Amino acid sequence: MSWKIWSLKKSPWVFHVNTGACNNCDIEIVNLLTPKFDVERFGIKLVGSPRHADALLVTGVVTRQAAPRLQEVYRQTSKPCVVFAIGACACDKGIFTTGYHVVGPVDKIIREVDPNAIIAYVPGCPPKPEAMISGIVQALSVL
Amino acid sequence: MSVPLNVLFWIVVIPGTVVLGLLACWIVRKVSALVQWRVGPPLFQPFYDVVKLMGKEILVPQEAQKAVFMAAPLVGMAGVLLLSIMLWRVAFVPAKPFVGDIIVAIYLMVLPSLALILGSSASASPHAAVGTSREMKLVMGYELSLVLALIVVIIKTGGTLNLAEIAQHTTVFSISNMLAFLVALLCVQAKLGFVPFDIAEAETEVASGVLMEYSGALLAVWKLAHAIMLVALPLFLVIVFLGGFDVTFLTMVFRGTFEPTLIMPLVWSICKYVLVLVLLILIKNTNPRVRIDQAMKFFWVYCGVALVAAIILATIGKNFGVSWL
Ligand code: SF4
Repeated sequence: MSWKIWSLKKSPWVFHVNTGACNNCDIEIVNLLTPKFDVERFGIKLVGSPRHADALLVTGVVTRQAAPRLQEVYRQTSKPCVVFAIGACACDKGIFTTGYHVVGPVDKIIREVDPNAIIAYVPGCPPKPEAMISGIVQALSVL
Repeated sequence: MSVPLNVLFWIVVIPGTVVLGLLACWIVRKVSALVQWRVGPPLFQPFYDVVKLMGKEILVPQEAQKAVFMAAPLVGMAGVLLLSIMLWRVAFVPAKPFVGDIIVAIYLMVLPSLALILGSSASASPHAAVGTSREMKLVMGYELSLVLALIVVIIKTGGTLNLAEIAQHTTVFSISNMLAFLVALLCVQAKLGFVPFDIAEAETEVASGVLMEYSGALLAVWKLAHAIMLVALPLFLVIVFLGGFDVTFLTMVFRGTFEPTLIMPLVWSICKYVLVLVLLILIKNTNPRVRIDQAMKFFWVYCGVALVAAIILATIGKNFGVSWL
């Protein structure tokens, strides 16, 4: 394991991208930072700019408007980085499958930019904070 | 101090300051976590962060002024390193000062902010531009107050511009200097970019503002510069206001003599440093962010009035020999 991957596992900084979620998944993500779950214990930090991020937490079905933005955000993230599809919507469009404005899911849109992107899926509607922590830990352990 | 030891000391001082800075970073995050009833990050977290950033890709925006964008973090880093070396020199070799080093210290303290302004305005990002304009106004705001606060100290200590001589007085035990200390503490808060004065970096409004376009190793240099500032600025306050940083014990050990009675002043000095740091952290954790116009008004109007009063008190105290004024 190279030192880059080792240190990445020790301090994954995350950037939160909403691509048309119902806002419930987003609330659960913010929940991770509260005293009860306190992900700063693992060095996870929410950052304000994709340039600083090591992981993108993407929530929501990707809408037609959001798709180019998501790709742009992915391009602006400094590599190596991991994409997390958080919630049933982001994993496989969830309850919005037949929506007229939906071009998702997340992995399809990201792979249009980078076919080798590392994508992890955390299902649930919304996923529990515990599920997200476990998803992040599992994704990082296979890096 | 024999010559090889002397050389060894000046080699150790830069990595030592960096390590102390990362430790101070950890203290900031840990104490903030404890205030919020969280567990907080592990001890080596700031170290992991910097190592990780070193290994990441460096992205430079297409329209950026590349040379300035890349050079700015190094200039800022050089400024704070020079400042911390100067302060350590005051602490370790107080017998060899140069006149007016407090003025050099004031200039060196502005350097990181100026470098940040240059770097972020070179990045051609609208968010960074907003951050830059805020940072510029903030610098104009607190610089005046900081210089006035230092003038109070200079009046109090009899007009000396020499940090080593100022360090021999515990100036804070008088009304005028208490006021000056409080204002200087808030100025340091603003210099460090801590809440309530993190207006330039406001993550929720301008997405990290001034630092927005920095990534990878360049961001790591900014983080290191900030870590060193966490050592240098409280140390500056300790030297100017709280009676200096006494490291005679360490210099004795360097010379090869062990003097147990000198441990206490060293421990006391470290306590003073930690006290200043914890005060900064507590202010950080108990206040909401202010707007830029509120910050400028605060520094120019309220702090300005307090400092003018302090200058008058200090002058009266000096001329009539009243030591507590
Ligand atoms: S997965 Fe469920 S909770 Fe999350 S955005 Fe979709 S509908 Fe909302």
